[in-house]
Amino acid sequence: MASSHGTPPVFNNKVISWIDHRLPIFSYMEKEYHHFPTPRNFNYFWNFGAIATVMLVLMIATGIVLATNYTPHTTMAFDSVERIMRDVPSGWLIRYLHMTGASFFFIAVYIHIFRGMYYGSYKSPRELLWILGVVILLLMMATAFMGYVLPWGQMSFWGATVITSLFTAIPVVGDSITTWLWGGFAIDNPTLNRFYALHYLLPFVIVGVVALHVVALHVHGSNNPLGIEPKGPQDTVPFHPYYTMKDGFGVTVFLIVYAGFAFFAPNYLGDAANYIPANPLVTPTHIVPEWYFLPFYAILRAIPDKLGGVIAMFGSIAVLFILPWLDTSRVRSATFRPIYKWFMPVLVIDVIMLGACGAHPPEGFWVPLAQVGTLYYFFHFLILLPVLGKIERPLPLPPSIADAVLKKKAG
Amino acid sequence: MRRTIVSAAIAVAALTAGAVAIAAETVTASETEQDPPHLHWHFDGPFGTYDRAAAQRGYQVYAEVCSACHSLQLLAYRNLMELDLTENQVKGLIKDIQVPDLSDDGQPIERPARLSDSFRKPFPNPAAAAAANNGKAPPDLSVMIKAREDGPNYVHGLLTGYVPFDKLTPEQIKEFSVVKDDNFNKYFPGHKIGMPPPLADDKVQYADGTKPTLDQEASDVVQFLAWASEPHMEDRKRTGVRVILFLLAMAGLMYAVKRQVWSDKH
Repeated sequence: MASSHGTPPVFNNKVISWIDHRLPIFSYMEKEYHHFPTPRNFNYFWNFGAIATVMLVLMIATGIVLATNYTPHTTMAFDSVERIMRDVPSGWLIRYLHMTGASFFFIAVYIHIFRGMYYGSYKSPRELLWILGVVILLLMMATAFMGYVLPWGQMSFWGATVITSLFTAIPVVGDSITTWLWGGFAIDNPTLNRFYALHYLLPFVIVGVVALHVVALHVHGSNNPLGIEPKGPQDTVPFHPYYTMKDGFGVTVFLIVYAGFAFFAPNYLGDAANYIPANPLVTPTHIVPEWYFLPFYAILRAIPDKLGGVIAMFGSIAVLFILPWLDTSRVRSATFRPIYKWFMPVLVIDVIMLGACGAHPPEGFWVPLAQVGTLYYFFHFLILLPVLGKIERPLPLPPSIADAVLKKKAG
Repeated sequence: MRRTIVSAAIAVAALTAGAVAIAAETVTASETEQDPPHLHWHFDGPFGTYDRAAAQRGYQVYAEVCSACHSLQLLAYRNLMELDLTENQVKGLIKDIQVPDLSDDGQPIERPARLSDSFRKPFPNPAAAAAANNGKAPPDLSVMIKAREDGPNYVHGLLTGYVPFDKLTPEQIKEFSVVKDDNFNKYFPGHKIGMPPPLADDKVQYADGTKPTLDQEASDVVQFLAWASEPHMEDRKRTGVRVILFLLAMAGLMYAVKRQVWSDKH
């Protein structure tokens, strides 16, 4: 598909023409973001790639401004954040946009991932595209975790304690690895300093992997709600203006919800305890990570054994890497998979349920509920998907995208 | 066969959804017992603002009562001008306050507070604060309203939620092993709190004629501390209204353009 873009563009502007002849960035933009043939049948779930990109840029922009005012030292970090909130002109705006932005970045990415799962976007020839996406998710998690430590509140400190202590579960070398991560024998100033350095570095690594993700996307083009490849020009539209405009609309609607939280309930998604300065001598009654980690936190605690819990938690992401090979069905879109179609929403409910388990102390029925949820999560990927591909009888696929679109309109 | 699997899947989904709903209900039921009453605050809602008169009275309560033990170290006296007080009024409020400093020859001295000074701390350091308060330093109040779940109602509930020993039921005394010298508070986790009841009717004299009931004093100091926790809230909400109006207009425009662009494809 990438090769069928037609003749190279001619630029009327002499300067652009001169540059493009030597460094073809303008031809590249023309080809990849203007004429790029894109399936004509996207629904609004296809907005979330663009939305996630906008959030990434927004996080980096606000983050750089925050970094110019923040002090990464255990005795000053908390007060320096409060100084941003109080004395830096519009500091409250930048800080709340960044803080709420992290949550909305994850919301966008989680929807983007579930969309990919429902419509089978990870299947051949897009396996590497998917794997790069999982790498981005992992990098985002590391970045978000370290960012949450920076304000040096109670949840920052104790969240960091819980998560870094996971590495002590590794046999033999666990303790040494943890000491190495901390830069000492307890979480202290060296830990805060390196988390700050990495929190600044990793977003740019994410940008790099996003670039690869986009390159991989533009080799075979986007998947679409029907999950069948475009067969000709009647099945596609040029990316611009059709999808630039549709993405622009979707991004704006998303930003309205985001602004609603950032301006009117900026602390709603956070934990009140993080406005208490970190105190290594006082453990909060109830340590919880940020909401976007809760399902994974529930999986971690569902296994009674520490090492087992750590393996299960990392395993819950690891299965995503091999998802393209776990799903044995050759049909991509759940629209034509009568059974899978129902199990996808069940997986979403399962993950939300795990999130609820992660938010509550591991007592009473929350423990078995988290265990059932964990079991189901792995059942979905490791048993259901391989078996379903063999026993499910898919519905007949439409002959082409245009055919399906026109039929839908007629009917 | 296929129908069975589909029905099973739907059943599983319904069951989990039900379980989550039940779980959510039980949790609220067990936690509401100690939830403070939900009051209406002047700063609630998307257009809420701070009640300046109440916040000024709240400063008086803080200065005359709370500041004996609790610091407010993220605030400076100049910040009080944001509560509709003039520079001279603030200077009048702080004229008797002495703050520690160093003299020109490096000796520790006390001098009158200036507008640019941070609020005076009641104790020179956390160890001294803890030593003077049975081993536990009273927390700083700068962001207290944000540092507790449902902060305004919690702090108000805490200040008004003391139960004298002779009003406790035998079950409460037994369950929480309360002795006569303990301070029992309905809303404090674990109920036994180090702080004795700080406020009472007529604890302060308000200059504006407001009747200083316990409830009034508590509400006023919450209004003051809410402002102290989030001094730019009004600016934030005003900006938010403008941002959202802009984005709504923008979304409408984008939608119209998108429809126009797509009109030949639908």
